Amino acid sequence: MTKLIIILLSAVFINNYVLSRFLGICPFLGVSKKLDSATGMSLAVIFVMLMATAATWPIQTYLLDPNGLGYLQTIVFILVIAALVQLVEIVLKRYIPSLHKSLGVYLPLITTNCAVLGVTILNIDEGYTFIEAMVNSLGSGLGFFLAMVMFSGVRSKLEGTDVPKNFKGLPITLVAAAITSLSFLGFGGVIENLFA
Amino acid sequence: MEAILTAVIPVVIIGVICAAVLVIASKVMAVKEDERFPKVRECLPGANCGACGYAGCDGYAKALCENSDTPTNLCIPGADGVAKQLSEVLGVEFADVVEQVAVVHCSGDCEHTQDKVDYQGIATCKAAKLLYGGKGSCSYGCLGLGDCAAVCPKEAICIEDGIAHVNPKDCIGCGMCAKECPNHLISLVADVKRVVVACSSKDKGAVTRKVCSGGCIGCKKCEKVCPNGAIKVTDNVAVIDYEKCHDCPDFAACARSCTTGCIVIGDLSGYHRVKH
Repeated sequence: MTKLIIILLSAVFINNYVLSRFLGICPFLGVSKKLDSATGMSLAVIFVMLMATAATWPIQTYLLDPNGLGYLQTIVFILVIAALVQLVEIVLKRYIPSLHKSLGVYLPLITTNCAVLGVTILNIDEGYTFIEAMVNSLGSGLGFFLAMVMFSGVRSKLEGTDVPKNFKGLPITLVAAAITSLSFLGFGGVIENLFA
Repeated sequence: MEAILTAVIPVVIIGVICAAVLVIASKVMAVKEDERFPKVRECLPGANCGACGYAGCDGYAKALCENSDTPTNLCIPGADGVAKQLSEVLGVEFADVVEQVAVVHCSGDCEHTQDKVDYQGIATCKAAKLLYGGKGSCSYGCLGLGDCAAVCPKEAICIEDGIAHVNPKDCIGCGMCAKECPNHLISLVADVKRVVVACSSKDKGAVTRKVCSGGCIGCKKCEKVCPNGAIKVTDNVAVIDYEKCHDCPDFAACARSCTTGCIVIGDLSGYHRVKH
């Protein structure tokens, strides 16, 4: 149990996918302008990360590894995740149209999000069991959520500031992102010693 | 060769399985959509300006499909071209679109009025408005920080000499600027040659005179010369009722009679008229 909590917390804070591993930067910069779209995107990412792990972990463990096809990991994962997201979209459109509408364009966008591929591959590399892998995915998704919500707050503050002309737009956003990610450095080493 | 096959075959099999599942799922769980909807949506310009009164182009397209009574001439940015396409797709009679352009009812540029403070705050009209009604000495006038220019999808508005100017040649009449202006200075008028009151000051004549040499002082001269009775001075500012302002035997008599020159003849031949 302690291990699961450590995995969850370290996925959220220490190995935050956006701010420490620098995966999923595209949506981080692209849809963090408004809080509601940032929340929508993050919820979709959490959902897809969990679904993708649930699908790819068995494929790796029971299909690729026993047959010595571990080197096909990346391409098979991309294939499976893309198909999975499409399937989820079809199902949502049919049965939960309101959720489909609120996730909107984010769901298909996530298909090729490197954070999703990253979490599935790292789950395998770390040698997690299925439960651990799912917890790690949840933590990674929550970490993404945290980073997005935090950064949308930072950006809404940026809107009202008088930025030098050369820095307007994306440059100042990148500078702000760098400073935000620095703040997450402070978490290093905290979680491991939490339960010691 | 064998190594390639052992790699390719599993991937192909997985791909085929995924494809089969997706095909079955899309067939089984297909959602019925009005087949006219994508066609109708394609006709619309996609500016999502809300000039039609619906929530964006999708909303208007949906209303057109679901309710056959919805008029096809509501899309002002799309003008007659879109109305024609819509009536073709939906099989209804073509209705002419009244093209409109935006006009700014303020003439308080640097020549006519002065700033009362040196405003250094957030550079939007909305923020400036919160601080004692803006930097200009006339609290009804154009704040000149370009909120309207920022929302304009066609870049038809420019800020010159401290006030906003609409270039009617580029204006598609979506009305986004009119919604954005905190002083409600922008309105939409039909895009023909007509007179426009370039002032919105509700201050008494003497006050208006003091702060701006180009403002309407409410002298009612124009009211008297208008043969159609289309101009009325209400709240110390002349307002033109465009319903009555047409077929004028003495065109622009009001503009000629205006003491401060705040009634101007605008050639509002807009974007649509130039294009078509």
